[in-house]
Amino acid sequence: MIRAFHRWPGLLALALVTVLALSGAALSVFPAADQLTAPQAEAGLTVAQLSERIQAVYPTVEQIRRAPSGRITAYWFENDSPGAAVIDPATGAGAGLADPNKVERWLTHFHRSLLLGDAGRLVMAVGALAMLILSVTGAALVARRAGGWRHWFAPLRGTAPGRLHVEIARIAVVGLVLSSVTALWMVAVTFEVLPENAAMPDFPAEVSGETGIAFADMAVIGITPVDTLRELSFPYPGDPTDVFTLKTDQGTGYLDQGTGALLAWADLSLWERTSETIYMLHTGQGATTLGLVLGIMALGVPLMGATGVLIWLAGRRGRPRIRGNSAKGRAETIVLVGSEGGSTWAFAATLHAALTQAGQSVHLAPMSALDPARYGRAERMIVLAATYGDGDAPASAKGFLDRLNALDRAPEIPLVVLGFGDRSYPAYCAFAKAVTAAAQAKGWPGLMAMGMIDRQSPQEFARWGRDLGQAMGIALDLIHQPVLPRTKALTLISRRDYGAEVQAPTAILRFALPRVSLWQRLAGQGFARFNAGDLIGILPEGSPVPRLYSLASARRDGFVEIVVKKHLGGLCSGQLTALEPGDTVTAFLRRNPDFQPRGDDGPLILIGAGTGIGPLAGFVRGNARQRPIHLFFGIRHPSSDFLYGEALRDWQSKGLLTRLITAVSRETQPQYVQDALRGDAAQVAQLIRDGARVMVCGGRDMAAGVADTLAEILAPAGLTPATLKAEGRYVEDVY
Amino acid sequence: MKSLLSTLVLTTALTMPGLAMARQVTLTTNLTSYGGDGAYLALYVTDASDTYVGTLWMAGGKSKYYNHLTGWYRATGGDTAQVNGITGASVGAGRSLEITLDLADALFDAGYTLHIDASVEDMRDSPNEVSVPLTSGGRGTLVKGRRYIADFSYDM
Repeated sequence: MIRAFHRWPGLLALALVTVLALSGAALSVFPAADQLTAPQAEAGLTVAQLSERIQAVYPTVEQIRRAPSGRITAYWFENDSPGAAVIDPATGAGAGLADPNKVERWLTHFHRSLLLGDAGRLVMAVGALAMLILSVTGAALVARRAGGWRHWFAPLRGTAPGRLHVEIARIAVVGLVLSSVTALWMVAVTFEVLPENAAMPDFPAEVSGETGIAFADMAVIGITPVDTLRELSFPYPGDPTDVFTLKTDQGTGYLDQGTGALLAWADLSLWERTSETIYMLHTGQGATTLGLVLGIMALGVPLMGATGVLIWLAGRRGRPRIRGNSAKGRAETIVLVGSEGGSTWAFAATLHAALTQAGQSVHLAPMSALDPARYGRAERMIVLAATYGDGDAPASAKGFLDRLNALDRAPEIPLVVLGFGDRSYPAYCAFAKAVTAAAQAKGWPGLMAMGMIDRQSPQEFARWGRDLGQAMGIALDLIHQPVLPRTKALTLISRRDYGAEVQAPTAILRFALPRVSLWQRLAGQGFARFNAGDLIGILPEGSPVPRLYSLASARRDGFVEIVVKKHLGGLCSGQLTALEPGDTVTAFLRRNPDFQPRGDDGPLILIGAGTGIGPLAGFVRGNARQRPIHLFFGIRHPSSDFLYGEALRDWQSKGLLTRLITAVSRETQPQYVQDALRGDAAQVAQLIRDGARVMVCGGRDMAAGVADTLAEILAPAGLTPATLKAEGRYVEDVY
Repeated sequence: MKSLLSTLVLTTALTMPGLAMARQVTLTTNLTSYGGDGAYLALYVTDASDTYVGTLWMAGGKSKYYNHLTGWYRATGGDTAQVNGITGASVGAGRSLEITLDLADALFDAGYTLHIDASVEDMRDSPNEVSVPLTSGGRGTLVKGRRYIADFSYDM
């Protein structure tokens, strides 16, 4: 719901908000420039002294004004023609033209009304309102995604546009809220929705009738410092009934031109004070530093607009159209979806299509629409649930648990839960687990154990589909292609074989870079830009389900490299390990932005076993800045499956790799990578305390063992893998 | 005095045509090219003793700026009721403002003075740009302003 309130104002008002932000940022420079260029009054100078100096130079002076920047302007009439100048307060003489800056005036009009008068002001007010709504809803989304306001600055994961969007937003949001609220206030004042009537004292009924007092003898202005002055208007020449009008930051008063007495005074009203403060906060006039900061924050708006549109497009592409959805009262199978960005809907659509093809009538709906009383003919319910942030319900599942808990008794039809998540998050499939727990607590019968899909793996989904088909007594073939990726033919240029002697035939396969179109190169799409740790999907012959492999090379290495172990009966690994140079495979690129050695130049601890060495070797190869890297590598036997053995020694001698620690499992004293970690516990703990980033790649069991061992090692320091994960300092690529 | 004032207010606020003892008067104000935003102009009348009698026209719609029309603001205390129904848009630099009103005959040749206060955003305030006695003989005479008004005249 919040997302919709963020998305639609964002898309609709994108141009308007961008125009507002850019013109506002440009305007923010002027108060600072003013303050730098205007001659400033010396400390302690009084209005009387200043007036004396100016009148000595311009005897017919009729008004002196001081801007919040400290710029003093005098206006006079000489020989019936008006004159004005910026005044140097030290001498009282003119020091520059008083004409308003044309560029600033034009920008001001453009910023507040698009040069279209009152109608334009209202349009821009809508823009300011959109900005406020975007800021508030965006802040709520950031907080929800991070798992609470306390985690406002938690490290970010996800795609580059998503990270950049939030990265800018969580800093700029303060300025944008301030700017938009003050803008709306100023519009309200302009249209007289809010009052801003200057408190002017009543004009004195009686004056002394004398004229010509010296400034030095005038009590009030003799003690009024120049930096509190707003404006001093002189009496109309030759009119003894007129007075001096003095405006300061405290209020307005009339002074007798014969005696200098204060005839009347009115303090600034509360409304005026409020409005002045708001004006200052919005324009930066009188608060130049704040103005500049707000201007810089406003510059984030166009960037957030662009990344926001990219995020929206990505989400839209992932959401399929559902054909032939049965009514809830007639369907045999109810499929409920809890999705945040839309990718889970795509899986649901695949399930819907496969079940329909198998002769089932299926009703597909968001989880938040749970309504068991109306599922008259349903025989089972399937829940596909993603997780948002720290285990929260995703957008389309809001209220599901409340509805479930509010039921008198559990439905009789059995329930199947499938969680979608990312194993590298601490709260992996946490919402699906919460749903399962709530259902069990209600006594809701299950059809099969809860399944989990890691990072949208089509293989895991297909496997789960076979289990589901078995439980339902039908043949179910779930072929899921999340987004039809544009594939390329990759040509093998070389291969190195390992591990045959230890029953783990493994090959390092190196392919030539495929040709990329100019557009892809410009947009950085596909194979135009990739790093070690990104994934390639290989489409084996005979199956439409792609298999994902971690890349061991980056684009700048000039080749595409992966490490593949031949699995017994494995379709894809069988085909890959049978490739000879010159053969081709069909592949596409998928980014894996979370598994990158991002960040500062702090130390890296890389932990991997078997084919998991692939991306880790790629990181070492790309370590041109010679960041300290400690690599823990688990192998079976050094003479057989020591992948990248020579290269690693070479990189070590070149300073790309600080330390290589191997654990060998086929020796008289078998050692696994977690044993090697434990053997090096003191240094590992020290490195992590000093801010090292840990990256683990390899099989699931190995990763679990590593996590347990690290928990042991770090316990004395009060750290856990979970806290490191939350900080983004512990990432896994597990298969 | 009171009857005069009410006649004036009646004729200006409601601009009733064909009122007995009234004549149609056209006020023309030409502005100089002073190089700024639209000017706020207050046209008002004082009597022989310099006492405010009433406002004829207010060019400029935002009452928060009225305090910059210093003479008018002092005379009226900023009372926006004085300009209800006789308010128009501000007048751009180099443009002219022409208004036609039914003014009571009694306003002419009786010591009444028409004043125009002017003000422009971010530029100087200019009270009493023009102050011209209302006389039958003065019609058609061009009166120069001080800062923003090139010339002013009334005709009937």
